Amino acid sequence: MRFLLDAEQRAFAASLDALLTAADTPKAVRAWGRGEHGPGRALWLRLADAGVFALAVPEAYDGLGLRPVDLAVAFVELGRHAVPGPVVETVTAAALIREPGPAKRLLPALAAGGSVATVAYQGAYALDGDLADVRLSLAPDGLRLAPGHDAVRASLDPARRLTRLRPGGELLGAGPPAPEALLLARLTTAAQALGVGLALLDRTVAYVRQRTQFGVPVGSFQAVRHRLADARTALEFARPLVLGAAVTMAPADVAAAKVSACEAAYATARTALQLHGAIGYTEEYDLSLWLTRARALRTAWGTPQECRAQVLAARA
Amino acid sequence: MDLALTREEEAFRAEARAWLDAHVPAVAPPSLETAQGFAAHRAWEAELAAGGWSVVDWPARYGGRDCGLIRWLLFEEEYYAAGAPGRVNQNGISLLAPTLLEHGTEEQRTRVLPPMARGETVWAQAWSEPEAGSDLAALRSRAVRADGGWRLSGQKTWSSRAAFADRAFGLFRSDPDAAKPHQGLTYVMFDLRAPGVTVRPIGRLDGKPAFAELFLDEVFVPDEDVIGAPGQGWRIAMSTAANERGLTLRSPGRFLASAERLHALWRERGGPPEEGARVADALIGARAYQLFTYGAACRFLAGERLGPESSLNKLFWSEYDIALHETALDLLGEEGERADTDWAERYVFSLAGPIYAGTNEIQRDIVAERLLGLPKGRR
Ligand SMILES: Cc1cc2nc3c(=O)[nH]c(=O)nc-3n(C[C@H](O)[C@H](O)[C@H](O)COP(=O)(O)OP(=O)(O)OC[C@H]3O[C@@H](n4cnc5c(N)ncnc54)[C@H](O)[C@@H]3O)c2cc1C
Repeated sequence: MRFLLDAEQRAFAASLDALLTAADTPKAVRAWGRGEHGPGRALWLRLADAGVFALAVPEAYDGLGLRPVDLAVAFVELGRHAVPGPVVETVTAAALIREPGPAKRLLPALAAGGSVATVAYQGAYALDGDLADVRLSLAPDGLRLAPGHDAVRASLDPARRLTRLRPGGELLGAGPPAPEALLLARLTTAAQALGVGLALLDRTVAYVRQRTQFGVPVGSFQAVRHRLADARTALEFARPLVLGAAVTMAPADVAAAKVSACEAAYATARTALQLHGAIGYTEEYDLSLWLTRARALRTAWGTPQECRAQVLAARA
Repeated sequence: MDLALTREEEAFRAEARAWLDAHVPAVAPPSLETAQGFAAHRAWEAELAAGGWSVVDWPARYGGRDCGLIRWLLFEEEYYAAGAPGRVNQNGISLLAPTLLEHGTEEQRTRVLPPMARGETVWAQAWSEPEAGSDLAALRSRAVRADGGWRLSGQKTWSSRAAFADRAFGLFRSDPDAAKPHQGLTYVMFDLRAPGVTVRPIGRLDGKPAFAELFLDEVFVPDEDVIGAPGQGWRIAMSTAANERGLTLRSPGRFLASAERLHALWRERGGPPEEGARVADALIGARAYQLFTYGAACRFLAGERLGPESSLNKLFWSEYDIALHETALDLLGEEGERADTDWAERYVFSLAGPIYAGTNEIQRDIVAERLLGLPKGRR
């Protein structure tokens, strides 16, 4: 057993972190929410260059083969930097498209970042259907390329644009979807949520160190310190669940990772907002980008209730 | 990154399971917090030792199997899954032994460890005092130089199982003039039946009498029972306190087994859906703790020193343990009020988790300062 990231995986995380820190992600997130996708697409290409999307694409189609642990590592960083857009959906699409014809036609561009995909169950909201080049609908008879989408609806997270896909369209694969592809959606959502939680914690720690009241940093008050210690504990115990689930890809492990990462991130969001005081409650302050994301990811690709039911069902 | 066990690890696990299957008593012995239960648990320790399973991670020359951290974790998983009795010598095994392995003399190790492994000498931890709980460095019990040793006087309290234990280890102030309270403390081992020692049992929340306070009146301790150099007690005690909070006090095995038992209880009760979420959270928490511990063990084996992260461990398992047992009592409904069930005993014990081994407030301070880098608060 070696339940540790290897040097290469740690370097991958560090390089994504550096790339995203340099890229002024908050600006891209805000533009994305306004429907201006340019800066986000530019970011997308750089992530593709770093290999992020190729990690879900088979080697035969210019990918690196499905590598869930590396994907989890990457998605923690995407979450930490609030990267906008259907990142989860794009890797899920890459894992869903199996038929050689569609795979040959669609996957190389997904791996290279030139095209963006979204996926949803038929009738459910698809993230960013207005921008996606490939819109996949999980229809009862199989995977379909949706012919279009309905009006964009606002999400609690301004950078998430909700769209319903139109029914019908080309059949890309018959029968039920590949279960591991949907597990990948849940896993990467969990990893992203963990990253969101870590970012909220880091920013809040930095804030309470410099914000003074009553003549001392508010971070010296025990009520403040203890809430942050609890947030750190919850996040640090979600992390091994996310990585462990990526190793086993067992449905119950992935569900456990999703509940615990999302609950930890959401609890951290509450703490972050509280400890920032009023400034945290404003749209203009960047904390808001992670606060709203934490809430949205909680129900994306499996509500807490569904995930807990899966954990129980696995040992029936 | 992987979770695969080697063939040797699998074989070790299977060997442990087979032995436990054949030896774990069908009827659980009485609570080790009672006189009768204490004796039964001592006998169980001897049986474990005879099979070579009482201290698997210790060096072989002291009664162990030198099997390393991963196998120890696997052993503990099997141990609790088999429903084996609680370990009466927990304090000795998880606190004193690592201290002696790191700071003791070879003479101390060969004298103290083998009888500990066999359950012949059961140890109590005598750290806390009436005026020194969280602020342990404020302790006042004294060690005064005597011919060939030291004389201990003062009062210790909240000493787990000291009512029935044989010996104790603890900190004493040997230099009252030291510049700081942490300095001038000496770490010693002493006999709970030595002249000058009075042990007064203190009933726990459930009335069980093994907890105790100790009154010491000029108790003689020979030099060979001082651990490390006189005056160095604090440093020595703290270097192993992380063991208590971290890996070795609470391996994941116990929580994995408890979560499985809770799940079985829930199923037995018809799987009431309104309690399902709490049961799921118990299963998830046990898995999280298991994987967290595997990660910590792998980091340790890769040469990293585990530091303040052990406070995260302690916060996690103590809160987890209570939530799990509250769920069980709620599931039991009216029966949950009964005192004579395993669930009730474990529930009462879980309530102490956030208090002993350094209260959770103190652990949160450690996390805040040492892991998050927040400014020091008022202490
Ligand atoms: C079941 C059980 C078994 C035990 N076994 C042993 C044993 O075997 N050997 C032994 O030596 N001791 C043992 N203890 C004692 C234990 O270590 C102490 O109870 C513990 O260190 C706390 O000390 P205290 O009880 O004096 O509480 P206090 O230190 O008086 O604390 C009271 C409350 O104030 C809080 N508090 C104190 N200081 C601070 C601060 N700076 N910031 C925030 N809050 C603070 C505490 O967290 C706590 O909530 C045991 C205790 C229990 C309950």
